[in-house]
Amino acid sequence: MQTDVLIHVLASGLEPTPPGVARWRLLLALIGSMPVAITAMMLTLGVQPALTRVLALPMFWVKLALALALIGAAALALSRLGRPGASLGRVPVLIAIPCVLVWALALLVLLRAAPEARDALLLGDTWLVCPWLIAALSLPSFVAAVWALRGLAPTRLRLTGAAAGLFAGAVGASAYAFHCPEFAAPFIGIWYVLGMAVPTLIGAAVGDRLLRWG
Amino acid sequence: MGSAALESVETKLKSLMIDAQRGDAAAYEELLKLLGGHLRAFFRRRLSRDPDHVEDLIQETLLAVHNHRHTYQPTELFTPWAHAIAKYKLIDHLRRDSRRAAAPLPDDTDDAEALVENSLHDAATARRDLGKLLATLPARFRLPIEQVKIEGLSIEEAALRTGMSASAVKIGIHRGLKLLARTLLGGADAD
Repeated sequence: MQTDVLIHVLASGLEPTPPGVARWRLLLALIGSMPVAITAMMLTLGVQPALTRVLALPMFWVKLALALALIGAAALALSRLGRPGASLGRVPVLIAIPCVLVWALALLVLLRAAPEARDALLLGDTWLVCPWLIAALSLPSFVAAVWALRGLAPTRLRLTGAAAGLFAGAVGASAYAFHCPEFAAPFIGIWYVLGMAVPTLIGAAVGDRLLRWG
Repeated sequence: MGSAALESVETKLKSLMIDAQRGDAAAYEELLKLLGGHLRAFFRRRLSRDPDHVEDLIQETLLAVHNHRHTYQPTELFTPWAHAIAKYKLIDHLRRDSRRAAAPLPDDTDDAEALVENSLHDAATARRDLGKLLATLPARFRLPIEQVKIEGLSIEEAALRTGMSASAVKIGIHRGLKLLARTLLGGADAD
């Protein structure tokens, strides 16, 4: 009987649900947080002094393409994970492809390099700071993604947290690319991927607590 | 249930949900009633040792369906959407339950009292929630809802008993339920 009353309460005064509202909320948060990461990079680290020269380097674009491809794939994952019962489909493949391509390129570069040059290709000058700076720059997008997801209804909380972390990490990496002085594929394949993996793992660890609803 | 039967359930629920998203309250009420029946079977099978909580879980799930109805997309199937919410609620319930069972034994009177209060509270919450909500309403809304919707009196009987006119009883039910819905939803439904 009481369940019937609840149903009657819920149904009375029902307002139409605007179509696509879930998708818009997510898109707004995701796109809105990107300029914040870029501004944070400009204010704290600064853009490459030789930016015009850097923009002519193919490896700069490889770096940016990796980050942008992962931003897209992770955003797609979030739009699915925010809705109960929606399957991820081929999204994991979309996430794997850019990583595998960069790793293949890195392997090729390492194999063709002289043995004594390999250390420099792997570590560059900034391997110690690169992943941490990417992780730090991921913070604004992580907060935005969590905010957006809290208005949706994720039911796989750890996975959703990981996807939010990956999205944020990729935004952080794309912002960091404009500061970063490294252009070797092995460096990018290791330290950029690691920098994005840090927020992904943190997201998986805290997803349960941050995203629980109801 | 055969796959054809499952399919016809899906078709029915989905078309009701699409109408509900357009603002059709009657379709929505029918949807929630049908869904409530499915949920009852679903939770009964999975909570056979804990039948007291079946009705709680149904109500929690219906409320979650309501509060998150904007996350349903008409291009997708309705049943997996509702099922994912029901499963989420079930796991949440089982986790809370096991935490309660695994809680350390209280070692001072304060804790002991809290524990007893807790379990008493849990058992009674479902039955009391609606009563508590109703009690917050002014009498001109509360009495008609209690007498007509809960006790099952007719509008005329309730009018006689309360001394209100029949139309006042009807308006009281309508306004009161609207007010209740708003209270139930709180800020969770800002969209």
